Amino acid sequence: MTALETPHSEIDDTSDTPTRRAWRRLRRRKSAMLGLVIVAALVAVALLAPWIAPFDPAKQSYTMVRKAPSALNWFGTDESGRDLFSRVVFGARASLLAGLVSIAIALGLGMPIGLLSAYRGGWTDTIVSRITDAMLAVPFLILAIALAAFLGPSLSNAMIAIGVTSMPIFIRLTRGQVMAVKVEDYVEAARAVGNPAYRIAFRHILPNIMPALLVQATLSIAMAIIAEASLSFLGLGQQPPAPSWGSMLNSAQRFLTQAPWMAIYPGLAIFLTVLSFNLLGDGLRDALDPKER
Amino acid sequence: MTPPLLEVRNLKKQFVAGRSLFGRATATVNAVDDVSLTVAQGETLALVGESGCGKSTVGRLVLRLIEPTAGSVTFAGRDLATMPRRELQAFRASAQLIFQDPYASLNPRMTIGETLSEPLMLHTALGTAERRDRLGELLDMVGLKPIHARRYPHEFSGGQRQRVAIARALAASPKLIVCDEPVSALDVSIRAQILNLLRDLQAKLGLALIFISHDLSVVKHVADRTAVMYLGRIVETAPTAQIFAEPRHPYTQALLSAIPIATPAARRDRRVLPGDPPSPIDPPAGCHLHTRCPHVAAICRTDVPPLATDADSHATACHRWRDIGADGFRIAVEQPFSPTLRRLVDAFRPTT
Repeated sequence: MTALETPHSEIDDTSDTPTRRAWRRLRRRKSAMLGLVIVAALVAVALLAPWIAPFDPAKQSYTMVRKAPSALNWFGTDESGRDLFSRVVFGARASLLAGLVSIAIALGLGMPIGLLSAYRGGWTDTIVSRITDAMLAVPFLILAIALAAFLGPSLSNAMIAIGVTSMPIFIRLTRGQVMAVKVEDYVEAARAVGNPAYRIAFRHILPNIMPALLVQATLSIAMAIIAEASLSFLGLGQQPPAPSWGSMLNSAQRFLTQAPWMAIYPGLAIFLTVLSFNLLGDGLRDALDPKER
Repeated sequence: MTPPLLEVRNLKKQFVAGRSLFGRATATVNAVDDVSLTVAQGETLALVGESGCGKSTVGRLVLRLIEPTAGSVTFAGRDLATMPRRELQAFRASAQLIFQDPYASLNPRMTIGETLSEPLMLHTALGTAERRDRLGELLDMVGLKPIHARRYPHEFSGGQRQRVAIARALAASPKLIVCDEPVSALDVSIRAQILNLLRDLQAKLGLALIFISHDLSVVKHVADRTAVMYLGRIVETAPTAQIFAEPRHPYTQALLSAIPIATPAARRDRRVLPGDPPSPIDPPAGCHLHTRCPHVAAICRTDVPPLATDADSHATACHRWRDIGADGFRIAVEQPFSPTLRRLVDAFRPTT
């Protein structure tokens, strides 16, 4: 119908960029949009935490220990009388930060290494690939725990540990994608035109492998959030009294029968966050699928 | 006589087909085996042969997109193999490539304008405004509009994309363009347009073309000279008209007899070679064709026939071409009706 309204489509000079087309496809997917909305809401909550939380998340009160959810304390209180709702709101900061920063580290290290490995080939590639294989052979969380324990318990060390541990996935993915794109005609055409190697890598190869990396990054954020919660649960992440969903679960386990709300709300928060990132990642994968062009 | 624009001498390229556990090559493919050819300024040389005969590899070697195993490529008097990186970069401006598949040869994440500006940016000192002018000029040359510069490849048809690919090849004003099956991925209706465009541009700009194709009916219309390849070697080369009139090599004869003719009743001499081409990993000794050739003699199994050029610059790599001759071989013998059919048709013709 739009074609009828604008018969002079040839004069229309607004170009349909690949990004815009992907966005249009993403918008058609309800689950992906739901994921996006929840992620956006969580980011807003994390940023506006001081204004949303009714209480100071670290303020203790011995008259208010382990109170069930009420009109005053929506999610109840914990073993030190701290307001759980405020702690869940502030805990979003640690979780989202850990997710974003650790994946930024993984991507920032993994992408250049994978690119170099695929581009250089030969010995560089062999060494990088074998180290990657070795890292992938160790269970993800075990490696992260070992690394975090080695670096010492703190949120930033946990993020570094998770980032380095997630790196091999990105090395592998980048390497595979570059190998596939490298032999495309348009890359050979770029060489024939006389582009130097760095321009071919950054101008011709990188933009074409970005969609795959973006999808992997979104899905990995969900994984990193779980990893952060796990490390905090073990006392290797966020340190008390600062709140983190993982450490809240840790303190809740001793009171599971008396005060189940202490575990339920941080658990739900983790569930919701991971679910929304996964929905978004799956939607992105479908929207960016080159076969649908 | 002026030296040729491009001179290829004894070019060889081996690809590694298998490696041992420690990365040593255990099997090699002789993709290009001792190929020599020349291309003069403004000339079109066609390289023909079936898939896997090494014609595309020759195209890539000539542009030094891949490194030759042996042999030399001289472009405008300069040896490409020993050319330092800096000069090679400059050489890229003067020799370009057009691909078979216009759906794969354009970067899907760059606009047409960005794709076309790239060679200008790399090889000319034009400013932004001048570049835009040149861009419009290039698009106009290949029959597109300046407005198209802002579009992405996916917004174009195959024929339009091939026009863009041609514009990209022309951008830095090259002297030689290697066209690797430029029309075989296109609809028949678009083919003629693109071929005419190439021919017009060649005449206007004085380009030399290496036209790689498996389609002899296309080659007949565009090429000045034709070289026929089989399993990495050139088996026959001659002016195009002569190859079509008087093919000497048994392989060329078989190739020509496979061209379909648009006259259903036309009679012709079909020369079908039995079997498939042998594996290039372990090609037969002597003449590569001896396993399939109907005229095979003892010498063909042992000695590689030299590519001998005669007085009218017709070169044939066959021990026995003089014995076979082109006698009796005609591409198309116009004979609309068989004698029986003739009588039948005559019987129904009204008598006067």
